[in-house]
Amino acid sequence: MSVSTIVSSVAKSRSAFLCQSVRPFTTVQNGHKSSQTSVDPSTVSHHSKLAENWWDDSGFLKALQSMNSLRVPLVRDGLFQTGAACSDRKNTPRPLEGLNIVDVGCGGGLLSEPLARLGASVTGIDASAELIEIAQQHAQLDPSLQNRLTYIHTLAETHACEAEAKYDAVVSSEVIEHVKDKHFFIEQCTKLLKPRGSLFITTLNRTTLSWLGGVVMAEYVARLVPQGTHQWELFIQPSELQIMLEKYGCFTKLLHGMCYNPLTDEWHWSQNVSINYAIHAVKTD
Amino acid sequence: MAHVSSLLFSPVANNISKKLILSNAAPAISSNLIQRCYLSSAGSHNYDIIIAGGGLVGTAMACALGCSKILSEKKILLLEGAPPKPITLKDTYSNRVSAINNSSVGLFQDIQVWDDIKGHRVQEVRKMQIWDASSPSLITFSDEDLSKPVAYIIENDLMQWALTKRLGDIPNSSVRYSSKIKDYVLPKSSSSDVPLVILENDEKLTCNLLIGADGVNSKVRSKMVTSVQRTDYNQMGVVATLSISDSTNNIVAWQRFLPDGVIALLPLSESTSSLVWSTSVEKAKSLVNLPEESFVDAVNDALLKEYPSNPFVESLLKNLNLAASVDCQIPPSIKDVQPNSRAAFPLGSTSVSRYVNSCVALIGDAAHRVHPLAGQGVNIGFGDVDCLAHQLENAVYQGYQLGRGHHLKIYQSERLKNTLPKMKAIHYLHSLYQSSFTPIVALRSVGLSLVHSMPFVKKELIKRANL
Ligand SMILES: Cc1cc2nc3c(=O)[nH]c(=O)nc-3n(C[C@H](O)[C@H](O)[C@H](O)COP(=O)(O)OP(=O)(O)OC[C@H]3O[C@@H](n4cnc5c(N)ncnc54)[C@H](O)[C@@H]3O)c2cc1C
Ligand SMILES: C[S@@+](CC[C@H](N)C(=O)[O-])C[C@H]1O[C@@H](n2cnc3c(N)ncnc32)[C@H](O)[C@@H]1O
Repeated sequence: MSVSTIVSSVAKSRSAFLCQSVRPFTTVQNGHKSSQTSVDPSTVSHHSKLAENWWDDSGFLKALQSMNSLRVPLVRDGLFQTGAACSDRKNTPRPLEGLNIVDVGCGGGLLSEPLARLGASVTGIDASAELIEIAQQHAQLDPSLQNRLTYIHTLAETHACEAEAKYDAVVSSEVIEHVKDKHFFIEQCTKLLKPRGSLFITTLNRTTLSWLGGVVMAEYVARLVPQGTHQWELFIQPSELQIMLEKYGCFTKLLHGMCYNPLTDEWHWSQNVSINYAIHAVKTD
Repeated sequence: MAHVSSLLFSPVANNISKKLILSNAAPAISSNLIQRCYLSSAGSHNYDIIIAGGGLVGTAMACALGCSKILSEKKILLLEGAPPKPITLKDTYSNRVSAINNSSVGLFQDIQVWDDIKGHRVQEVRKMQIWDASSPSLITFSDEDLSKPVAYIIENDLMQWALTKRLGDIPNSSVRYSSKIKDYVLPKSSSSDVPLVILENDEKLTCNLLIGADGVNSKVRSKMVTSVQRTDYNQMGVVATLSISDSTNNIVAWQRFLPDGVIALLPLSESTSSLVWSTSVEKAKSLVNLPEESFVDAVNDALLKEYPSNPFVESLLKNLNLAASVDCQIPPSIKDVQPNSRAAFPLGSTSVSRYVNSCVALIGDAAHRVHPLAGQGVNIGFGDVDCLAHQLENAVYQGYQLGRGHHLKIYQSERLKNTLPKMKAIHYLHSLYQSSFTPIVALRSVGLSLVHSMPFVKKELIKRANL
C-alpha cells in the first residue's frame, strides 16, 4: 500500500497525519511547527555515516554484533515463555517458525537476520535509507533468508499505521536512547503488537556510570563507537521505561542488566542494570 | 558419486562373529547417502559443512553433527581420500587399538554408537600400573575396589566400523570415498566469501564451514594462518598383538618406563593383550624384524627384567617416606606374538597456535598430535568433536550463519585450554623418562611416588585424563 493511498483512505485522522511523515522525514508539516515524531534526524544521519562498516566485525559495531549472544536468546526464550513460540519447537532448527516480528530501528539488520534464521518472519524498519540498503544487500548473502526477511525504510509511527496489531513481537534494540519523544515512540511500538505480544527493548541507563562507561569510555577513551553516537540526556532509566510501558498496556516480565567486556568482546547477563539493560514486556489483552 | 563402504565381516564360526554379522544386517546401503546439495551461484555444489578426512575423528564429527536436532537441516559432506575399505573384524585382534577414556565413551553414547561397539568386543581396564625400571617407584590408577573401568581398550577398526555404520543412518550427511582433496581456497577474515574445496578430479565444492580432520599432515592447516610446531622424538612405536601365558583376569593396563623408552601392555581379552612400545628408531626396526620367539623374549625382558636400581634414589624415597607402599604387581608374561601383527610407526608431536580461522576449524591430529605415551591422542580428538559440535549448535540456535560469529573462537579457546597442558605434560614426561641421569631419575621417582601417596592428586589426575 503506498503512502498516498493510506493518506487518502484515512482522511484527517491523527494516524493519517502521522503517516504523512514518511515522505521526506521532515518535521515541518503544512506550515505547522514540528509535528510529533519519533525520530531525531541528526541521529539518523549519524548512523547512516556508519553504514559501510555496519557488518564489519572488526569495526565500530563489534559490540552490537556480539550483543546478539544475549539478545537473540532473550527474544527466543522470551517467546517460549509467553507461549507465543510452541514448546515443541525448542531445540529445533526453526524455533520461531510462524511468528511475525518487527525490528524497529533495525539499522543494518544485525538482529533482524538471526531472528529470521530462527524461522520468524521478520520485518526490519529503519529511518535511515542508507542502512536499509546495507541491510538488504547483506541479507542477499544468505539465501536461507530470502522469504523470511523484509526491510522497509520507514518510521515507527508510519509502520504502526500500516501494520497495527500485526506482530507477535516488537524488538527495538539500542534505539530508544536516540529518540527524543520516548512516550510517542513506545506508543507506536505497542500499537504494532498483537494482544499478549511481546516487546523487547535493550538500551542504556541514565546513570553516572553509563555516562562514564557508555559515553566517555566507549566514545572517547576506548573509541569503541564514534564520538557523537550517544547523547546521555536521552538515556532512560528502567523505572521510567517501565512506567511508560504500563501507560500503553505493557507489563514488564523481565528486566536484566547486560555487561560488556571490551577486552574479550563478550557480553554477560548481570543483576546490575546501571549501564546496559534489557526489558521484556507483554501487552495485555 | 556416493559410495557406501562395504562393511563386511569375515564369516568365522564362533559366537563373536555371528553377533557381528547379525548387527551388520542394519541397512548398509541407505538412500540417505544420496548426495543432497544444491548448486551455488558459481555453479559449484554447496554444502553447509564439509569435513575433510574420514578417519576416526572426522567420521565421529559427521555423526555428532548429524545427530543434532538443531543442525538437522544442515547439509553435511564427509570427504575421504581413500577408497571405501571393507572393515573386517576377524576373530584375531587388530594391532591398532586405542585406550578410550570415559569422556570419549560419553560421546559414543551421545551419538549412539556405544551399544554397537560394546556389543562386539571392548576390554575394560579396571586398573593401570605405571612403574619405573630404574627405581622402585610406582603409581596405580583405579576406582576404589576396581568397580568401575578407568578406560576401555578398543580396536580402531571396530570404532571406525560403528561410526561409519551410524553415519549411514543419518539423513542429512553423506560420505564420498576416493575423493582426495587437491586444494583449498579459504576466505579472508571479514570477507563474505566461503571456503572452496577442489578435488583431484578438479570438481569444486563450496561450504559455509570447513572442518579439517585430515590428520597429522593436514592440508587444511597448511592453508590457514597458523604456526606449526613439530617435535620429532627420534622414536618409533612398535605395536603387536600378544597372547599371554596365564589367562586370568586380564583387566590391568601396564606401562613401564625403561631407560630407552616406554612399554605398554593393554588388555584385549582374557588371553590377548596389545603392545605399544616406544623406543629408538633403530631398536624399533630391529624389534619388528626379530624372529617371533626372540621378539617375545625381548618383550618379556622389557616388562620384567630387573634393572639395577639407583641407590641414591632408593634412599631418597625412603627418607621422604615414599617407599612404594603398594607392592609392585608383576605383569603377565607373554607367550606368543600373533603372526603379522607387528608394525612400527614414527612418533612425533605437532602443535599449532590456532585451531580456527574464519569459516574453518581443525580437529583431531590435524590440530594436535601427541606422543602415544599417555594414550591420549584420539581421546583429545573426540574431545574436539564434542566441543565443536556443541559450539556449532549454540551458534545456529542463536541465529548465526555457520562459520560466522564468535563460536569458533570459543571452540578454539576451550580446546587450547584443555589440550596445551596435556601436550606439555606428555612432552615433559617424555623428556623426563629419556634419562638415566640420577637427578632426573630421582625427580621422576619422587614425582610418581608423591602422586601415588596423595589420593587427592591422583583423583585429580584421573579426572583430567578423562576430560
Ligand atoms: C603407534 C600409535 C599408537 C597410538 N595409540 C593410541 C592410543 O592408545 N590411544 C589414543 O587415544 N590414541 C593413540 N594414537 C593416536 C591416534 O591413533 C590418533 O590420534 C587418531 O587416529 C587420529 O585420528 P584423526 O581422524 O584425527 O586422523 P587420521 O586417522 O590420520 O585420519 C585422517 C584422514 O584424512 C584423510 N585425508 C588426509 N588428507 C586427505 C585429503 N587431501 N583428501 C581427502 N582425505 C584426506 C586420510 O585418508 C585419513 O583417513 C596412537 C598413534 C600411534 C601412531
Ligand atoms: C544504534 S542503531 C541500532 C541498530 C539495530 N537495532 C541493532 O541493534 O543492530 C539505532 C538505529 O535506530 C534508527 N532509528 C532511530 N530512531 C528511529 C525511529 N523513530 N524509527 C525508525 N528507526 C529509528 C537509526 O536510524 C539507527 O539505525
